[in-house]
Amino acid sequence: MNLSNEYIPAVKDLIFRMADDELILGHRNSEWTGLGPILEEDIAFSSMAQDKLGHAQALYQVLTGMGESDPDTLAFGREEKQMKCCHLVEYPIGEYDFSLMRHFLFDEADAIRFDMLVNSSFEELANVTRKFRGELKYHTMHAKAWVIQLGNGNDESRIRMQNTLNECFPLALGIFEPSGFENQLIESGVFKGEAVLQERWISEISHILKLANLSLPDIDSVRPSYGGRKGIHTEYLKPLLDEMTEVYRIDPKAEW
Amino acid sequence: MKTDKTIISLDPRITREKLPETPDQKPLNELHHWQTFEVFHQEKTGDHHKHVGSLHAPNAEMALLLAKEQFARRYKCVNIWVVKTSDISRTGKEDEDIFETTPEKMYREAGGYKVMDRINKFKDPDKI
Repeated sequence: MNLSNEYIPAVKDLIFRMADDELILGHRNSEWTGLGPILEEDIAFSSMAQDKLGHAQALYQVLTGMGESDPDTLAFGREEKQMKCCHLVEYPIGEYDFSLMRHFLFDEADAIRFDMLVNSSFEELANVTRKFRGELKYHTMHAKAWVIQLGNGNDESRIRMQNTLNECFPLALGIFEPSGFENQLIESGVFKGEAVLQERWISEISHILKLANLSLPDIDSVRPSYGGRKGIHTEYLKPLLDEMTEVYRIDPKAEW
Repeated sequence: MKTDKTIISLDPRITREKLPETPDQKPLNELHHWQTFEVFHQEKTGDHHKHVGSLHAPNAEMALLLAKEQFARRYKCVNIWVVKTSDISRTGKEDEDIFETTPEKMYREAGGYKVMDRINKFKDPDKI
């Protein structure tokens, strides 16, 4: 491991944040399996949800290599307050417009984050991000196509997309909640930081939303939904964790 | 008959939806169905594209995106084509007989030429 000891807590925090986001959103999106709006979209959305679980697994594996428990224990064995996911991924799936907008806003940020980490000084993390760039590119192509087409559809689709964007935006800003380790991540060359990521994300989504005929709420007029990165979650996370870990808790040592 | 009871399912997602036990079943307006596209995929660069199936999509862009997950999720694929099913011209079912071929046409087929003897002779002239 090419990382000096002083930076380990900062890097672990970053990877927990990323992995928990992938796990929780992957689980949420998989709730559409079998219930999607049409068969083809159901399959595509479920497949991308599985991709997310794969990303989570790979990231937990990096943590295991840094001395944490095995990936299953990290995913299913932690309490609500130990989870570092942002509020955006915790919300119930709602109607398809909400799930689609969340998928768009999250995956755009995720793709940029992975892109920034490709040249990270922490090789184990850089390797993981390199492996999944193709998948994330597809996720953003899929999300972008839907958002642009529904934004330019009829009145109903445009109004629904605009309303759901207004609802999602403060939650999505919570993705970039500063961690307290920002300076260490930047100075170690592991990650350029949430502020840089947010700036790149705003510029990318602004461009796409313009093509979609949708307007991004004024960033100064909304309050970002912070807290998730510090273990303070919405009312929706606990029931999700209970449901997700129900079988695991019966026998954590079971071999599958 | 409509009742106020909602569906209780083993799948918690279904129970959460509070769906009526006897839903109003209105048939979907025919125009709400999307058109179909035929999907062709290429396993590796240079290969022929092969027809692998069809799918519903509102337009070609979405058809390509959805085809990627329907037909290239598990198998190797480097490229996909989609074509609107309605854009494909086909021979008539009643004209199937035009493909029937008489057995006396061997002279027109590659299998009709007896060349193996000559190939073997070329490979190993001493043997023959």
